[in-house]
Amino acid sequence: MTPRMTRVLLSVAAPVLALVAAFAITSAVLLVAGDPAGEVWATILSWPEPRNLVNIVNSATVLYLSGLAVAVGFRMNLFNIGVDGQYRIAAFVAAVVAGEAWLPGPLNAVLAILAAILVGAAWAGIAGLLRATRGVSEVISTIMLNFISTSIVAYSLRQVAVREEGSNIIGTKPIPESSRIPGFSISSEVSTDVYGFLLIAVLAGVGYWVALNRTRFGFDLRATGQSQTAAVASGVNVKKMTVTAMLVSGGLAGLVGLPILFGNAYSYGSTFQSGLGFAGIAIALLGRNHPIGIALGALLFAFLDEQSNPLQILVDVSPDIVKITQGIIVLTVVISYEVVRRYGQRLEQRQVAQALESSDNTKAEVRA
Amino acid sequence: MTKTAAFFSAAALLLSACGGNGGDTGNGNNGNDGEAAQSDIKVGMAYDVGGRGDQSFNDAAAKGMDQAVEEFGMESQESEAADGEPESAREERLRTFADAGYNPIIAVGFAYSGAVAKVAPDYPDVHFAIIDDEGAQGDNIANLVFAEEQGSFLVGAAAALESKNGHVGFIGGVEVPLIQKFEAGFVAGAEEVNPDIKIEKTYLTQAPDFSGFNDPAKGKTAAQGMFDAGADVVYHAAGGSGGGLFEAAAESGNWAIGVDSDQYELADESVRDSILTSMLKNVDVAVYEFLAEVEGGTFPSGSVRYDLEADGVGYSTSGDFLSQETIDKMEEYKEQIISGDITVSAEP
Repeated sequence: MTPRMTRVLLSVAAPVLALVAAFAITSAVLLVAGDPAGEVWATILSWPEPRNLVNIVNSATVLYLSGLAVAVGFRMNLFNIGVDGQYRIAAFVAAVVAGEAWLPGPLNAVLAILAAILVGAAWAGIAGLLRATRGVSEVISTIMLNFISTSIVAYSLRQVAVREEGSNIIGTKPIPESSRIPGFSISSEVSTDVYGFLLIAVLAGVGYWVALNRTRFGFDLRATGQSQTAAVASGVNVKKMTVTAMLVSGGLAGLVGLPILFGNAYSYGSTFQSGLGFAGIAIALLGRNHPIGIALGALLFAFLDEQSNPLQILVDVSPDIVKITQGIIVLTVVISYEVVRRYGQRLEQRQVAQALESSDNTKAEVRA
Repeated sequence: MTKTAAFFSAAALLLSACGGNGGDTGNGNNGNDGEAAQSDIKVGMAYDVGGRGDQSFNDAAAKGMDQAVEEFGMESQESEAADGEPESAREERLRTFADAGYNPIIAVGFAYSGAVAKVAPDYPDVHFAIIDDEGAQGDNIANLVFAEEQGSFLVGAAAALESKNGHVGFIGGVEVPLIQKFEAGFVAGAEEVNPDIKIEKTYLTQAPDFSGFNDPAKGKTAAQGMFDAGADVVYHAAGGSGGGLFEAAAESGNWAIGVDSDQYELADESVRDSILTSMLKNVDVAVYEFLAEVEGGTFPSGSVRYDLEADGVGYSTSGDFLSQETIDKMEEYKEQIISGDITVSAEP
């Protein structure tokens, strides 16, 4: 087997191992609880209806952006827990800007997207600055900023909210039709469209890959993440990198809520989806911070969420079982990557040892 | 770093799984054993966050359905919302019910407003009912709404009458217009009795974070703060978080006021002696009456308002903690509200 093939096999083995383990553990939980494991898996693993496919792609788009935002920080060893707060305050500002419609049509949408990126970046930037100038752990500051963001949004929402007659939901002014981002329909039978924002998410993924792997900035970022001292020695300004990385992470986080805003909700209200930032952490881990890996992770999580929805109605099992599966997947992924990494290392060592041994033998023969 | 991250996110995911509602998925009411009438109606019930077992709002809806199921021999199935789920999940829940042949479908809570408005037109032959919302309108949608401010007015008056310190409190689950109706009524009732009364007010979370309806720990902290500040009667409109208030009240020897259901009957025995009264929001009556009409062959649509007059809201006296004078006074206010001498505002 060539070393290259071994490497490919090993990198595929890790996630497969993790999924199989998660599958087994979830089944065990189901069996212990006395639930029909077979029916549960049959429902979850059945091929989705077209409208469910649309929902899966849409949820995955949102989760993907969240995963990307977290991954930028991870690559530099920054743990941005604050994506949750960043996306909510950014989505709120975008909703207000788009709702006010200061510019006509699509320009209005562009302005709102830029506003979201700026707000998300600024919000994360606070944590970056605190870390760079005062050494405050970004874990603490971002999680605190989450609470502040929640309160600011709630407070501001009450200032600008419009309330539909008879409804208990309050929200920002709806975005005018001309500024919405049109989706694309996959079939005439499905009333829900795939988010047009999907394209922007793909662009963000490509941009992430290029910036990290093909630019000086990306090199500095990865270098700082792997060894700060080495990075400093090679002339990287770590403080500047910390702030920049948080700004980029926050800017991406600013995009997270926008597919929902421009493709479905059209306003930021009391039923706007929460908790997307935390899902992003799990997905970035699952995807090993690689843009394709994150996409697969986002699709997997979206698939599990969507397919678990009818569980309670059809098989009488709480859809919460899927949350357990997701949690286990995250754990098993980390463990199995470690196991596979160690195995790979040992394999390499053995090969090196063999190579050395044989060259020793040749030398010995030569001497003799 | 990665390991810390893994730990955190796994913990978060697992916690949210536990937070939901562990075991109560089944309802044990699929059909009837035959002695009562057999109806061929299949009811689908979509709960809000917390679901059956929240000892509050969702439980009240469940009670109404259970009663109808038992009485008419209907078949029923239920499903509950998860915290932080996307809009599409709520739509999907309703569609799954409709596709599986459930009719009528009852959506519990205003969070379903958008979902009902979107799904109902796609299934013109299926009948929907939504509780606490008049935003989703349609020929096949019944809107069951309540005058929470009127019931809250009565327990507000009771709180003021029973308070020794002239100091009461209100804990809202999530700051949304619906819960502000409870606050408005409670404050108006307390001030009607005692214009100088001191009233603590707090909301556990802000929309769109709806965890305030299902977080007893937060409820307990908020309640302890109020009791420490000198309040001796605290009312909650916080769904499952109310359990925390009861614990805090029992530990500190103060009064709590329950909400939605008669919480004296539902709460744990160790805390029930701290529940002065409960503001009853008879979601069960509304659900039962809706199902009774469906059983009778008519499908109501449009708004049905349940107020004091219609016995849609009220208060409980289980435990016999309210003094006779207090009850007399409350009955007096009740008459005045029904006759229109007192109008209770729905906004704080």
